[in-house]
Amino acid sequence: MYRETQIVSDVAKTPLTGEGTFTINVGPQHPATHGVLHLVITLNGETILNIEPHLGYIHRSIEKMCESLTYRQFIYVTSRMDYLSAHINNHACALCVEKGMQIEIPSRAQVIRVLMDELTRIASHELWWGAMAMDVGAFTPFFHAFRERETINDIMEETCGARLTMNYMVPGGVMYDIHPNFQKRVKDFLQLYKRKIHEYDELVTGNIIFQNRMKGVGVLTAEDVISYGCTGPVARGSGVSSDIRKLYPYEIYDKLEFDEVLETAGDSFARYLIRLREMNQSIRIVEQLIDNIPEGDFQAKTKAVLKLPKGEFYQRVETARGELGVYIVSEGGTTPYRIKFRSPGFSNLSILNHMVKGSKIGDLIAAMGTLDLVIPDIDR
Amino acid sequence: MWSFSKIANIIHEWLSQTFNVTWTTIIEMVIAGVAVISLFAVLGLVLVIMERKVSAWMQIRLGPNRVGPKGLLQSLADTLKLLVKEGMTPNGADKFLFNLAPFIAMMVAMLLLAPIAFAKDFQLWDLNIGVLYVSAISSISVISILMAGWASNNKYSLLGAMRSGAQIVSYELSAGLSVLAIVVLTGSLQLSEIVNSQANGWWIFKGHIPAIIAFITFIIAVTAETNRAPFDLAEAESELTAGFHTEYSGMKFALFFLAEYANVFIVCAIGATLFLGGWMPFHIGNWNGFNNIMDWIPSSVWFFGKTFFLIFLIMWFRWTFPRLRIDQLLNLEWKYLLPISMVNILLVTAMAILKWHF
Repeated sequence: MYRETQIVSDVAKTPLTGEGTFTINVGPQHPATHGVLHLVITLNGETILNIEPHLGYIHRSIEKMCESLTYRQFIYVTSRMDYLSAHINNHACALCVEKGMQIEIPSRAQVIRVLMDELTRIASHELWWGAMAMDVGAFTPFFHAFRERETINDIMEETCGARLTMNYMVPGGVMYDIHPNFQKRVKDFLQLYKRKIHEYDELVTGNIIFQNRMKGVGVLTAEDVISYGCTGPVARGSGVSSDIRKLYPYEIYDKLEFDEVLETAGDSFARYLIRLREMNQSIRIVEQLIDNIPEGDFQAKTKAVLKLPKGEFYQRVETARGELGVYIVSEGGTTPYRIKFRSPGFSNLSILNHMVKGSKIGDLIAAMGTLDLVIPDIDR
Repeated sequence: MWSFSKIANIIHEWLSQTFNVTWTTIIEMVIAGVAVISLFAVLGLVLVIMERKVSAWMQIRLGPNRVGPKGLLQSLADTLKLLVKEGMTPNGADKFLFNLAPFIAMMVAMLLLAPIAFAKDFQLWDLNIGVLYVSAISSISVISILMAGWASNNKYSLLGAMRSGAQIVSYELSAGLSVLAIVVLTGSLQLSEIVNSQANGWWIFKGHIPAIIAFITFIIAVTAETNRAPFDLAEAESELTAGFHTEYSGMKFALFFLAEYANVFIVCAIGATLFLGGWMPFHIGNWNGFNNIMDWIPSSVWFFGKTFFLIFLIMWFRWTFPRLRIDQLLNLEWKYLLPISMVNILLVTAMAILKWHF
């Protein structure tokens, strides 16, 4: 349906200024940007000629802040980057510090960490699913997604003491042991999820309007994805294998059974399906681990003051949005000399202009939804 | 069967005895006008609370439940808030058109209430070209949206207005053609006659498959005409923030809001009149006992029941479907609905000539 009316090639050649073109600021305050992303869009009627993302509206200089915080303290700040996968951010930092200190962490802590990571991933994809449907104009899915997401948040609250910015992972393990109810409540959640997941397909995936809005829109080839450095579901939607859990396994991921979900179409619908199926894979991981949490310490014995040896340390993990890299340069002191985060959202945002140039405004919003941008992650 | 016409007759007799003919007519017109305005306001309040409750029910939440019993007075409180809010006019706006637009939207909605038969013998203005009148007046509503979008001096508003213009003008064709199907079957443009022709069965049952096709086309087209989701491109919250009424606030915004709901009511009332028999009760052939029981239900209950059923249908669409894109929207009309309605009109004409309908 879309290709017939596409006037992309003609329009894309027209100059960005002059008669017939105009500029719109989408954001920083706009319902579609899921936060405070600022896009300067040049339009010809409804057709997009150019998109320029402007960052800096919520820049908090997290990386600079980390330089004055100790290795125990800086992890808390990273919860505020990609707040939807706070656990995984903390996990990456903890792993990087452990790598430098060469701390062996107990197997109980490893299992708890992976469980928390996967629950976070499910929660993040649930929220994305609701927001995605909202971007294409359906409001109801949002509430259905939150029904499941709230259960995860309740589990997190019980064990970690917080619902969004958990700060649960510390160098050497996790901060507290899991709550006695943890296993029971996770199992309850698994049941709820399996009972309700068919609603997701009935309400949104199978909808003909939704499929028409998604299929053939925002197509990315494997070359595009690689050259822009996209990771996560965006890359996997174009058939590029990029799951860090498979490629560079950390913790116990190499011992777990799960599949890397791949789609080859590269359009918005492929990215949509990837995330839905990834939730099922996460459920698989949780099912494998929930009954097999080993006994033992939840935290390794570490010194009160952590000092990383002189050198450079890098650790990558797979967040809900893609590859998160933590790069620490240490001078041997108690605080890092320099920290750099390689956030997945930033690279994924950079492909936006390439992806939707020449399409309609509606497609911009829908395709941007499938990138699953979290602005504080991009704008650290 | 109890009927509103008794009250109307009593008032008319009393007025004719007290005043001369001219004054009687004038006073009756004033009464009718006040009735329309109050109906307009009440409809707005009722439909807003209904939409919020329906959406809450579909979204597994409670909806408004604080003001009044079960939150039923919530929309009254909201109206009060909107009344006392400052009606801002942006600096760069065309002030005259900007302030005029919401009134045109409301005026159109009120004019459309005139020819609708709310109950047996209860109709403000039974003009002989009722269907034509409704189609003609409803197409004015696009002017108010274009006016609002243009005068706001806001690019979002302008885009919304542009979309709305393309959309309403296109979908008017299918809406008109599907209405014509019933006109062909009835042989009259007068709404009261169309209702009377359904005394022995509603057109959706009597008209075979063509009537059902016309009904479905009508529902799709009027959903688009009233700018409701999945065709709410003129507002498109996630794309254009609020579309053509982005810059409106206070009571001017409320008028747009009320006009939207009044329009929804009107198109559903027209749909109920044309396809579902208006105020006619539901009858099955020779089941006299059943038919008598159905006759006991007042005609106004039948009319409002059918109308609110259709309104619920349209709300159901809104809270279920995602939004179409502008080119898909126009494709749907010009490539699918319009050809289907045109073929359908031929079928209906053939059926009417050959007397195949009941």
